[in-house]
Amino acid sequence: MRTPEAPSQAPQTLAQKLIARAAGLPSVREGDIVNCRVDLAMFHDSSGPRRLKPMLEELGAPIWDKSRVVLVMDHFVPEADEDARRIVRIARDWARDQALPHVHDSLGICHVVLPQKGHLRPGLFCVGGDSHSPTGGAFGCYMFGIGSTEMLGVVVTGEIWLRVPHTIRMRWDGALAEGVCAKDMMLHMIGRFGMNGGGYQAIEFAGSTVRGLGMAERMTLSNMSAELGAQAGLIAPDATTAAWLREAGVDNGIAAADLAHWGTDEGASVTEHTFDATTLPPMVASPHSPANSHPVGHTAGEAVQLAYIGACTGAKLEDLQAAARVLRGRRVAPGVRLLVAPASVHDQQQAEREGVADTLRHSGAEFLPSACGACAGYGQAVQGATRVIATTARNFKGRMGSADAEVFLASPYTVAASALRGCITDPREVLA
Amino acid sequence: MNESLHRVWRVGADVDTDALAPGHAMKHGMDVIARHCLESLRPDFVGGVRPGDLLVAGPNFGIGSSREQAAAVLVALGVRAVVAPSYSGLFFRNAFNVGLLLLTCAQAERLEETELVGLDTTDPLAPALLRAGGERLACEAVPPFLMERVRCGGLLNELKQRLAQGTP
Repeated sequence: MRTPEAPSQAPQTLAQKLIARAAGLPSVREGDIVNCRVDLAMFHDSSGPRRLKPMLEELGAPIWDKSRVVLVMDHFVPEADEDARRIVRIARDWARDQALPHVHDSLGICHVVLPQKGHLRPGLFCVGGDSHSPTGGAFGCYMFGIGSTEMLGVVVTGEIWLRVPHTIRMRWDGALAEGVCAKDMMLHMIGRFGMNGGGYQAIEFAGSTVRGLGMAERMTLSNMSAELGAQAGLIAPDATTAAWLREAGVDNGIAAADLAHWGTDEGASVTEHTFDATTLPPMVASPHSPANSHPVGHTAGEAVQLAYIGACTGAKLEDLQAAARVLRGRRVAPGVRLLVAPASVHDQQQAEREGVADTLRHSGAEFLPSACGACAGYGQAVQGATRVIATTARNFKGRMGSADAEVFLASPYTVAASALRGCITDPREVLA
Repeated sequence: MNESLHRVWRVGADVDTDALAPGHAMKHGMDVIARHCLESLRPDFVGGVRPGDLLVAGPNFGIGSSREQAAAVLVALGVRAVVAPSYSGLFFRNAFNVGLLLLTCAQAERLEETELVGLDTTDPLAPALLRAGGERLACEAVPPFLMERVRCGGLLNELKQRLAQGTP
């Protein structure tokens, strides 16, 4: 994408630049309310057609631009009961009637499928009908989640308002220890700032630690910006972003000038928090809030019966690789079930090719379909008073399908190590 | 200005979307969801709330999921407005889109259970709550287009009007 040289009066944040472009303005000021043109609107079988179709019919209005709409079937697939079949049927029938050009059915979770199918690139302004939509920020897009009625407005007008946010920069420097990853960084930040600590502003992840992370790990940071209460979770695109997008087959590549433009200017007004990655331990969030997080030592030894590696947050290829490093040549503890639901079919296929999937199977893991599944209490949901440790993003009471379950949140390293021992375990003990 | 007085219902901080629209009721229609609104925090709310009442809460009202039924249920129960020191950003947007007025008031927690207060929204940029003793609690400005959206009864109705005028 070519970007006009903005003769900006004051240094601008990445968020301001992305919003100014979408608003068709040379620059925007923090606190301004602006109207933005939407480059891409994504929704899924749960938030999308079953809510949008009746409202569009009531309005008698068409979709503003079908080429900018992406529909992903990921919540109610594979269909577990009659309600699920009805909801998925509405989505499939509507997609066919509308002749939507971008439909990804049962290929994985929307936030992972969207970039893998080449829909995201730096500079875009996107909305998603799901609260984890900030995941797109990892690719230098301004992307945020909205409710179904607001999505109706986007689908009819192609526009949405927002208040230009302040930027909170989370600067991490230094190398993470072996067995510590992006999930631990997020649990640490959510524990420190709380679930509304982001105040619906833009978070920008920066520093040498973030620069050193691959795209999957960066997506984990942006994804859990939702649990920090931020509107967006941005990461300035760089050579890592460009290489990933080239691999994903995104047209035109990313020009060096664009990479240089999509970053926060020196001297722009931000609130900065600094973190030392070298001293970060594996983190675990206890029931029933992601903000209830502590170093793994706080809960080590607590028995678990179910270990779940799944969700957009924690079951990408790199997450499966992390779990395989812990589990290679070992068996999960008797009485523990290890469930693996890869975030996308693409990631599962790559895990099969690399032997990662077999490593997990040989350790006792059972594979589930690539879908939202148990993370949100759909499909094969958790039952009864089970103790669960999961790579997911939320552990609210009842979230995984059982009000009696206790869910601990952790990284794929920690979940795998805990499955191995049958109790919450510091993965560094296993990897050492 | 203060056309009538509104009765206050008090709840605490961090009221989440599951408390407003419990997950177990989500596959049902609004009539069922409305029977369970706030059941875990104020079991007396659904039976006692009257059209025009105010829900006054602590900070971070509406944290959690993007489900807009959490706001729509308060409209269905006739709640005139929510008053709190802060809201989840996603809930804030959803509320106005389904026609629910949210007032951001740093002093919200001074209001007492069952107190009767007036509501002055004549100027959306300077809304206020009026207590019986004459005290005026200033609220943060509401963008005029959002106040208008509430007057229309939400975004769906607003779009209907705009489409009827030929300007979507």
